[in-house]
Amino acid sequence: MDYTSDNLFVQMWQWLTAPANWEGERGIPMRVAEHLGYTGLTMLIALAIAVPIGLYVGHTGRGRVVIVSGVGILRALPTLGLVFLFVLLTGLGLMPPIWALVLLAVPPLLSGIYAGISSVDRAVVDAARSMGMAEGQILLRVEVPNGLPVILGGVRAALLQVVSTVAVVAFINLGGLGVYLVEGTQLADYGRLFGGAVVITVLAIIVDLLMGLLQRIVVSPGLRTPDRVRPTGSGRQKAVASAQGGTT
Amino acid sequence: MDWFLANLDFIWLHTRLHLYQAVVPLVLGLIVAVPVAQFARLNAVVGSVLLTGSSILYTIPSLAMFVFLPVVLGTRVIDPVNVIVALAIYAFSLLVRATLDALNSIDDGVRQAAVAMGYTPVRRFLTVDLPLALPVLFAGLRVVSVTNISLVSVGALIGVPSLGTLFTDGLFRSFPTEIAVGIIIILLLALILDLLLVLAERLLTPWTRKVAVKGAPDAEIMALQAEVAGS
Repeated sequence: MDYTSDNLFVQMWQWLTAPANWEGERGIPMRVAEHLGYTGLTMLIALAIAVPIGLYVGHTGRGRVVIVSGVGILRALPTLGLVFLFVLLTGLGLMPPIWALVLLAVPPLLSGIYAGISSVDRAVVDAARSMGMAEGQILLRVEVPNGLPVILGGVRAALLQVVSTVAVVAFINLGGLGVYLVEGTQLADYGRLFGGAVVITVLAIIVDLLMGLLQRIVVSPGLRTPDRVRPTGSGRQKAVASAQGGTT
Repeated sequence: MDWFLANLDFIWLHTRLHLYQAVVPLVLGLIVAVPVAQFARLNAVVGSVLLTGSSILYTIPSLAMFVFLPVVLGTRVIDPVNVIVALAIYAFSLLVRATLDALNSIDDGVRQAAVAMGYTPVRRFLTVDLPLALPVLFAGLRVVSVTNISLVSVGALIGVPSLGTLFTDGLFRSFPTEIAVGIIIILLLALILDLLLVLAERLLTPWTRKVAVKGAPDAEIMALQAEVAGS
């Protein structure tokens, strides 16, 4: 693309506002759709894995050690290396990098779900049990709603990581918004490089904000009281809750 | 294995570069985050601006950050400084929140006792607040250290040498062994650094061991919470 200036910001602006970059299969809207598609697919698979395990371990307390150490190891895995390794071992295609991204999303999801369920006051759980609730009812109607702020904190963290990291699939020719970074570097087209980075950043921020909004809407009003007003709960639990609040 | 032995020098060089780019940001982030968190605690307006700002910074994807920083800092694209500054920003935004939560979780009675005993504010902060904040702070540090070690490799995509170079090189040459070696070394580095942090925490907070039996689940949940908040 021809720029009328050598200034980086002008080039970036010209790239971002050029109508040609907003239409067709290689246009920004299409790339955003690809990017979000990969993100959504990854999150769906990761949720399908993490939700049952997290709920089970959180409710029963069984296998807690496995979760804590497993999450630590998974978190240390470099996603970039996994994406490349899976591609080399199983061939090009959609699923190898998606599985690598799933491994990225599972640790925060598992931590969030497990920690959310087990952070619910045991007295509340016991009260539900003594009222005759079945275990399944206790889990779905007491533990999940009460642990929801923490659980959604985990979902939000996982989503942010995935939406940021999906950019690497462009390096194995799968598209997404990372394409502009690859092309920008190869062509030394800095308007494209920086424009692409801006689009990725804006997308990540919007997704995170929407998730924060969802957190506010979904969480029960009874849990929304500011922590310092609530009489129960130790200082540590308050710290825990506020750590989960994201941008509050 | 043959490849590993034949390329020990290459691997060792990139391991050192990797470790350097992971540890320096951790230290920088910590040094800045602690005083800033204390400042934010004393001033509610500054605190909320800071927390919002740091969580927005945290939202910027690392690849994009590596692209932006050379422009902001005036460095070359392949300069390791970009990676170090980017990871220091992530470390800071996570640790400032962890520190703030840790400081807020301290029993106010303890603080007032220190004041009543005639502690100056600075001495109180260094000898009362900070030690009591250490367990939560360490939970945050452990998360940052693991994520940093993994994130450093992304820098290889823009040409900054680290163990990530083994990934890009391995992909370029269609040589899975090289990538696998890189992944294993990164896992080992993360493990070693984590063990060192656990050890440091034990040495610095001897009192937590005595209550460990009673307080164990709480502390464990805290660590997980910090992970969730961190990622």
